[in-house]
Amino acid sequence: MAQGASLPVASVPVVPVRELVPWAVFAGVILLALLYLVGLDQGATSVFSGSMLHEFVHDGRHLLGFPCH
Amino acid sequence: MVRTLLVRGMIAGVVAAVLAFAFAWLFGEPALDGGIAYEGALAAAAGETGGEELVSRGVQSTVGLLVALLIYGIVVGGVLALVYAGVQGRLLRLAPRATAGVLALIGYVVVVLVPFLKYPSNPPASSADDTIGLRSGTFVFMLLLSVVAAVVAVAVGRRLVERFGTWNGVLAGAAVYVVLVGVVAALLPVVSETPADFPAVVLYNFRVATLGIHAVLWTAVGLLFGLFVTRGLRSSERPSAGAGVG
Repeated sequence: MAQGASLPVASVPVVPVRELVPWAVFAGVILLALLYLVGLDQGATSVFSGSMLHEFVHDGRHLLGFPCH
Repeated sequence: MVRTLLVRGMIAGVVAAVLAFAFAWLFGEPALDGGIAYEGALAAAAGETGGEELVSRGVQSTVGLLVALLIYGIVVGGVLALVYAGVQGRLLRLAPRATAGVLALIGYVVVVLVPFLKYPSNPPASSADDTIGLRSGTFVFMLLLSVVAAVVAVAVGRRLVERFGTWNGVLAGAAVYVVLVGVVAALLPVVSETPADFPAVVLYNFRVATLGIHAVLWTAVGLLFGLFVTRGLRSSERPSAGAGVG
């Protein structure tokens, strides 16, 4: 048990690169787009016009440390 | 396989975001209100009346905050799962929950703590509105370069581990990261625009709250994702020597 953390764990399957790459690209792009929307949009740059989104996530944006306004 | 990991990561992110919301509501909102009170005092002194609110403070501080944290948590959980899928068994040969914990800790340092040290969070009314472009650009740049520095440090550290052993190699890799982000932080422009009479306690509490919210969120994501991965292995794969796993 004590040495379990440092020994190779045979039963842990390694994800093949061929399987990982499409997921990493598509999910990665979607997730980063979400991050952009909640963290930055309608601040210095805008994909959506107006400031509804900015105002709605205002507190989260400030408290998470993103530049808000 | 990747799909399962991704879903588990995002579920961990949702739960972590709810915990972070509780922390943010208790410790972050009072400080944020302090900034808004300062803003209101300035406006009153200038004889301005408050403009029409698009979203009320009541919504911003509850539903808005929760939704923002949920999305952030889902992103963190999802990306953590993808990185986990990439490094587990390759770069890191630890038990699943140990890998998840190590990745969450590194993520907190690289994505939150280091960018924060250069460009800390600011409560409302503590920064100049017309510098939002500069502040957004430099913040994103600091964040991206911190991630790049971490990737370089891992690549270098990996070779050093092979040559000088785990302890020395990991320490040297960490040193590479510290030097790289140190240089980046020294070169990026300084943003110093907090009004002279902005309440120091509000600023301090607000920034500590930011670190606290992220600490809650990233800790919960790492531990929960590790738990879900370990559980999943036990129920679906059921290795014969299950006691050693996790």
